[in-house]
Amino acid sequence: MRALRLAGTFLRVGILNELQYRVNFAFSLVQSLISVGTSIAVLALVFGNTDSLHGWTAGELLVVMGVYVLVGGLIKMIVQPNMQQLMEDVQQGTLDFVLTKPADGQLLVSLRRVQLWQGVDIVVGGVLIVIATVRLPGTVPALAVPAFVLALALGSVAIYCFWLLLSTVAFWVTRLDPIVELFDGMYQAGRWPVSIYPGWLRVGFTILVPLAFAVTVPASALAGHGSGWLVLGSIGFTAALAAVTRLVWRLALRRYSGASS
Amino acid sequence: MNGLPGLYTVVGKAAVQTQFQYRTANYAYMLGMVAEPVVYLVVWSAVANSRGGSVQGITAGEFAAYYIVWTLVRNMNIVFTPYGWEHRIQQGDLSGMLLRPVHPIHYDLAYFAGWKVVVVVLWIPIAAVLSIAFRPTFHITPLHVAVFFLAIWGAYLIRSMLLWVLGMITFWTTRVSAIYDTYFTAELLLSGRLVPLALLPAWAAGLADVLPFKYTFGYPIEVLAGSLSTSELFIGLAFQAAWIAIGTALVAAVWRVGVRRYGAVGT
Repeated sequence: MRALRLAGTFLRVGILNELQYRVNFAFSLVQSLISVGTSIAVLALVFGNTDSLHGWTAGELLVVMGVYVLVGGLIKMIVQPNMQQLMEDVQQGTLDFVLTKPADGQLLVSLRRVQLWQGVDIVVGGVLIVIATVRLPGTVPALAVPAFVLALALGSVAIYCFWLLLSTVAFWVTRLDPIVELFDGMYQAGRWPVSIYPGWLRVGFTILVPLAFAVTVPASALAGHGSGWLVLGSIGFTAALAAVTRLVWRLALRRYSGASS
Repeated sequence: MNGLPGLYTVVGKAAVQTQFQYRTANYAYMLGMVAEPVVYLVVWSAVANSRGGSVQGITAGEFAAYYIVWTLVRNMNIVFTPYGWEHRIQQGDLSGMLLRPVHPIHYDLAYFAGWKVVVVVLWIPIAAVLSIAFRPTFHITPLHVAVFFLAIWGAYLIRSMLLWVLGMITFWTTRVSAIYDTYFTAELLLSGRLVPLALLPAWAAGLADVLPFKYTFGYPIEVLAGSLSTSELFIGLAFQAAWIAIGTALVAAVWRVGVRRYGAVGT
């Protein structure tokens, strides 16, 4: 309960801070629309040459794209800014200020920062998902929507865990700035359902970088490619990943020697 | 050595030494970059296979060749970013550069050219792994290799010049992100970075022919990975030379007007 209230306070302060820079909203929106436009152009090129890609139609891939944009927005709004701050704090020794506070360290480092306007992608992605789903032939089964929401929440947690795991590497290796580039590069692969990748890459994008759970599984729930098993798998995977992340976080903190040593 | 050749040698060497120090960072950066062409490659191979082996005459093996050469050309395409100009002007870094007796573009050209040496060395293992994984098909002659060598440096010069011009917009306004986004999107779609230009609809391919982007990306890739005729090889080089000349003229003109608007920190 206290954790939730704390999270609420942090988010509110972050949002108030960002509201000072309202023009950035327009820029983020333009950027987001350009990027979605480009992706749609690529879909059009691909489906100008074929009717289906490994069993996915153009309409279904639009759902995948919507989820990709939405989760990408979540990452850029909350996950990435916090993790970059964490890496910087470990490098500088300023993590002291977090660890001395009387609340859970992992919670604090995960919620300190919000880049509100990057969240425009959440809205754009959401709109895209709705339009794409409505345009799908046939009716979407009633159970698909709650399954989608659940899968999306689980996938977002999985992506957050993955980011935190990457960031804790900073406790061992201090210079980590290219990690952001590396993650951005890999996340792009989520634009397409993981089933189109050759075997070894598919395994990588499912287990190592949890793109399958973050993007493909939620989209599958709406596009009718999913099954209850996928969602169950997502629950198991996310729970395991969260446990591992917690463990690694604790281990990493033991490595942390502070600013004055 | 004196004069410009001396400057290029010294700055280039310094870049090689500096960037070898950051080889892990460079590697992580390059690996992140490889994801992009691998995604395109997987998608187009899947399309080719679903159509019985080829799209518009391009087979899966040729797509593999295209996107593997892509990784080298993309790295050759990295030049001083226009976003860096904001920093240069805000921090007053440009003031120091103005005090030197040569045009500041020479430092950028020399530094990034030196960096390419490191990049190419680091690239070889990546290319080897990609080749084993995706089995590209090449039809190469010594002439293609020679033209490719010239073409990647041509691409480097064209992109250096154009991005310098773009960056210098910062002399007039700092609200540049929308302009840059538009430029980079046009480049992405019309250069051959996203898809081989042969896959674009005819009107877009026609547009790409008259814009410079193709000569920084699609053309050098196709020299090695495509099936250009001998005359096409040389016409491409001629276009590159023309775009280098245009870019250089633009840099000179915009610089002359722009630098007058530069007020260093403290004035």
